[in-house]
Amino acid sequence: MADYLPHTPAEVDEMLDFLGMESMEQLFAHIPPAVRLTQGLDLPEGMSEPDVAALFMQYTSANLAKATEMTCFAGAGVYDHEVPAVVKMLAGRSEFVTAYTPYQPEVAQGVLQAIFEYQTLISRLSGLPIPNASLYDAATGLVEGLNMASGATGRQKMVISAGVHPHWREVAATFARGTGHELVIATLVDGITDWGSVDATNAAAIVAAYPNYLGVLEDMTEAKSLAVSNDALFILGADPVAAGVLKTAGQWGADIFVGEGQPFGTPLAYGGPFLGLFACTEAQTRRLPGRIVGETVDSNDRRSFVTTLRAREQDIRREKATSNVCTNQTLMAVTAAIQLGWLGTQGLREIATRCAQGAHYLFNELLKIDGVHALSSQPFFREFAVRLNRDASSVLLTMASDGVLGGVAVSALTSGDDPSVDADIQNVLLVTVTERRTKDEIDHYVEILRKAVGE
Amino acid sequence: MSRALSGGKASSAPLLGHATEPTIFEMSVPGRSAYQLRTTGVPATALKELVPAMHLNPDVVDIAEVSERDLVAHFTRLSHRQFSVDLGMYPLGSCTMKYNPKFCDAVANDPGLNSVHPGAPAELAQGWLELLATLEEKLCAVTGMAAATLQPAAGAAGELTGLLLMRAYHSANGDARQRILIPDSAHGTNPASVTLGGYAVTTIPSNERGLVDLEKLKAALGPDVAGIMLTNPNTLGLFEEEITEIAAAVHDVGGLLYYDGANLNAILGVVRPGDMGFDIVHMNLHKTFATPHGGGGPGAGPVAVSPRLVDFLPGPKATRNDDGTYVWVKPPKSIGRVHGWHGNAMVLARALAYIDVHGGDGLTRVAQHAVLNANWLRHRLRETLPAAYDRVCMHECVLTATSLKNKYGVRGLDVAKALLEEGFHSPTVYFPLIVEEALMFEPTETESLQTLEALAEAVEHIAQRAIDDPAALHLAPQTTPVSRVDEARAARHLIPTEDAARLSTR
Repeated sequence: MADYLPHTPAEVDEMLDFLGMESMEQLFAHIPPAVRLTQGLDLPEGMSEPDVAALFMQYTSANLAKATEMTCFAGAGVYDHEVPAVVKMLAGRSEFVTAYTPYQPEVAQGVLQAIFEYQTLISRLSGLPIPNASLYDAATGLVEGLNMASGATGRQKMVISAGVHPHWREVAATFARGTGHELVIATLVDGITDWGSVDATNAAAIVAAYPNYLGVLEDMTEAKSLAVSNDALFILGADPVAAGVLKTAGQWGADIFVGEGQPFGTPLAYGGPFLGLFACTEAQTRRLPGRIVGETVDSNDRRSFVTTLRAREQDIRREKATSNVCTNQTLMAVTAAIQLGWLGTQGLREIATRCAQGAHYLFNELLKIDGVHALSSQPFFREFAVRLNRDASSVLLTMASDGVLGGVAVSALTSGDDPSVDADIQNVLLVTVTERRTKDEIDHYVEILRKAVGE
Repeated sequence: MSRALSGGKASSAPLLGHATEPTIFEMSVPGRSAYQLRTTGVPATALKELVPAMHLNPDVVDIAEVSERDLVAHFTRLSHRQFSVDLGMYPLGSCTMKYNPKFCDAVANDPGLNSVHPGAPAELAQGWLELLATLEEKLCAVTGMAAATLQPAAGAAGELTGLLLMRAYHSANGDARQRILIPDSAHGTNPASVTLGGYAVTTIPSNERGLVDLEKLKAALGPDVAGIMLTNPNTLGLFEEEITEIAAAVHDVGGLLYYDGANLNAILGVVRPGDMGFDIVHMNLHKTFATPHGGGGPGAGPVAVSPRLVDFLPGPKATRNDDGTYVWVKPPKSIGRVHGWHGNAMVLARALAYIDVHGGDGLTRVAQHAVLNANWLRHRLRETLPAAYDRVCMHECVLTATSLKNKYGVRGLDVAKALLEEGFHSPTVYFPLIVEEALMFEPTETESLQTLEALAEAVEHIAQRAIDDPAALHLAPQTTPVSRVDEARAARHLIPTEDAARLSTR
């Protein structure tokens, strides 16, 4: 019998006696017998922690793609960055880990100030003044951005570049079932959004990604002017690591920035929990989704922090709230603040630069292989797509037997004829290089891909 | 002599002073650094040769420049300014702030789980797919449902997912419905989710027993009702005793029943939502299954459904083949993804470990002890803070400070703030909205009798202070890192960043 319950049988009896009851059963006597569970739950009996640990070994050993054993060149919005011991230790402090939402600011200044620092960093990296305290992930963050644009314009049409990650687009389509948003997807030509392919009249938002999910750096001037000429908001999904050296969303004229914050201290984690980054212009402050922390003073005039603009939120506004978000991803936001503190101004620039250097080095080496071609002729940053002479998914399995996770097959991210790739999508491989990859690892990658494509 | 020598009372926590902690930006010194990276040997080509100049930011984005030692000191001090379950009792009603077993964190943090890329081919992540499929099965056993999606990242995301499932189900039947019924005691996320689901809210009043008024519910039903969202036990901690009648009435008009699992902890192994007639159930794994809440997230809000909704679930889902391997399969009429990847996977892994440790028998004891503790506390405090509805409750009790307010001008908020000085986190205040001066206590099953007694004595001490010196209670807390904060000022003049603070001449 394994559990974490403190009461001894004698204490249970004493407590029941205090209530004038003879058995636990009496506590539940008011539940209609017709719906009561009589046989108990259909689950195995409890096990001790070491026994469960042994059981979990079967899961961990069957995960061949662990980055500790298989060199990771997979990206698609999720990156294998350095997370040092100091960040893991600080972010793992139980005061941060086991607190609830900071409803009582007098005893939650730790989390509140950490969020304030996080918000400051996201504001600077996005170039926009109003950040929030985090959302679930980038995909759901985009949905909140679309809702904000709809609220600001009173319109339903969302013009979205096919360069936006296919999963983000799919999530947007799911939630559009409820909001009634009409999603119009602009195709990519040579990796660049063909904005002329869509009618943006009456659009609530123009949505682009920077770099786009295929790694390409698009000039955002046209997307911005399309938004301006149609009185739509410009939403830019941007890589926050690239924001250490590339133009910020604000510099491109975005009204809303969304991004995936996983690269800031969160492990690959099989996709979650991640961190939805969000920031916007002052004009949209009252439509901000989720929480925001603000600086104020306490009754003794000491600097203090508190969740603010609460009148937008679901627990107060109910059906008229700007969003239904309550629990967000605070621990990942705190982690991001710590990781960025560790990196500092220079470190963030350094990892961004090293990612670009590694990716370009690998790209140039791969193009020397006959069965490998660039998908796009356009500039890229830290990730790129190549077209292979065969199915990318099976190439990945071949490479895995040599200890390398060679990327992400684009066909695994999207179904059928996605408007981001013109033909043979099953042969397209998305590859990234982070600052953790050495030249030897990259050279090894080139060798085994050469072998896998039959050269 | 009092027995209140508790593990859960945190009033001994050391506090070294009342100075404010500088922000990391104030600590920054240009040129200082902490980071160390791998030696890679990759050619260090200048960035301007790799990326066209038009893309490069002409400015340097200022982060902060601190040493590792200062970084550690800063965030350690911030952590000392933060209450947590590990520090002391956190009876925050509706939030199920039970102890989070360290073991569950440890198994999830194994590199065999946490270093796996979510885009890895299923063949290389079979352990994860098996884990997810196993968890789905066990959550269905707990709720009495047929299948589940693990993608929703939190309870509210689960709610919206459930509403989109309702919509898809009705649409598939060629049935355009407009309204969702919600009791007046519901969490605010319910109506907010309904709006995002494209429905309108009809509020159902509670009766004099704090339960759904069945006659008013029936009067509100009609062919345009898509369904009802119910929390059971409800937010008063009371079980909806007429649940089978409610279910029959809603089903009679073709509506569906949605179970808000915020209070699932109360009924584990006692009664299952599926057996009560619910069609859709979301679970808050960060409540019921003890995954740590992280100061406001991450959570996880899986949604389980009855057989008629299985084909509409979000996908892809980890599915077992006959040969024992696992693949991703999208349900035939899937509403699509509701998360960028597979949901908050690390939270899901912790929840599975928690379920495995407890087993069916242990989960049932969890509910029993949670309900026992709530009832003991309710009864223990009956003279000081009477319950709004004084009868057997489930896992939480809603008490009211009305008499303290009427006699001494001491409000529920004052009691909540004074409790912080006593070494306890506050209960949830002013919720549910239908109870005046509400103080919602959820002790959870992991607090000892000694801790409960200490909490009760702390409340009694506050009640005595209300008699002796009510004015002082309006100033509580004073022993905490900061005293009451000026929330109105924060909202009136928004300062969300260091940069805004500097502009406002802090």
